[in-house]
Amino acid sequence: MNTADQYLKTIYVVQKQEDGPASTGSIADALGVSPASANEMIGKLEERGLAEHEKYKGVRLTDDGIVKARDALQTYCIIERFLANVLAVEEFREEAHELEAVIDDTVADRLDTIIDRQPECPDCFDPETDACACLEVAAVPAEPEQ
Amino acid sequence: MVEVSVSQRITSDDQLARLLQIGIVLEEVVEARAHHHYESLDAELDEAVESLLADAAEESAEHRARLEELIEGLGVDSVPFDEIESLVDARYGRTQPDDFDGVLYDQLCNEETAYKFYDDLIGAIEGSDAEFSIDRDELLDTLEAIREEEAEGVSEVTEVMERR
Repeated sequence: MNTADQYLKTIYVVQKQEDGPASTGSIADALGVSPASANEMIGKLEERGLAEHEKYKGVRLTDDGIVKARDALQTYCIIERFLANVLAVEEFREEAHELEAVIDDTVADRLDTIIDRQPECPDCFDPETDACACLEVAAVPAEPEQ
Repeated sequence: MVEVSVSQRITSDDQLARLLQIGIVLEEVVEARAHHHYESLDAELDEAVESLLADAAEESAEHRARLEELIEGLGVDSVPFDEIESLVDARYGRTQPDDFDGVLYDQLCNEETAYKFYDDLIGAIEGSDAEFSIDRDELLDTLEAIREEEAEGVSEVTEVMERR
């Protein structure tokens, strides 16, 4: 996933969390970059028609930006689910963040052929737990009913 | 949210091992899917496609062995093929190509995806100044050789597709 996609995904999630435009500070915090770097990339996304920046309010994705952000979030969910369910990685969130920059979406699509992702993905992504809400259930299987 | 890294670099043995494991899984997926295609379309297969799928499965098995050797050097376990095979089995019905051209197209995706994966991995290793516990030159030589074979695989599938 390239850097622009990582930003789009982050803005999308922050926007949902804040229920409004995403502030540059929150975006920079979530990505672990300086506000200056965040501003620079936000400018590039604006030039590409993917985001709109309103002074003192924050960043809002355009319709095109939302489509791309949802694709990126889906790719991220595939990586998380793959790590958790196929490779049984306990720290799958941390590892997914470390690896997302190196995993292309075509690669994620192939990994998707062996995981059991829900049709509502990526709407099931829960920013609070930083994971798919359905994945939590899968990671801790319920006791089988007698 | 957890902080994310926006740099495309690999900083540790663990990260490298995990990426090599993903490479192994990708090869296993290719191998298992090629085998499925081979079986599901058996009656209709022509010779060129038959040998293409057989070669693809064989090449993936060989790539897997080379990757396994690398991760052994990092002290990490491989991913058992039968586990991946059963996952491919379980999901294959949902993602299987519905016709002959679909099989070739799927195979093309396999090869292109593998090429892209190794290309990104090589770039990430080259962009990193981390010291790995396996020889860096040997690691890059192996990955570059595999990437080259994936590129050849893409041309082979394309040729068969063009002839049809």
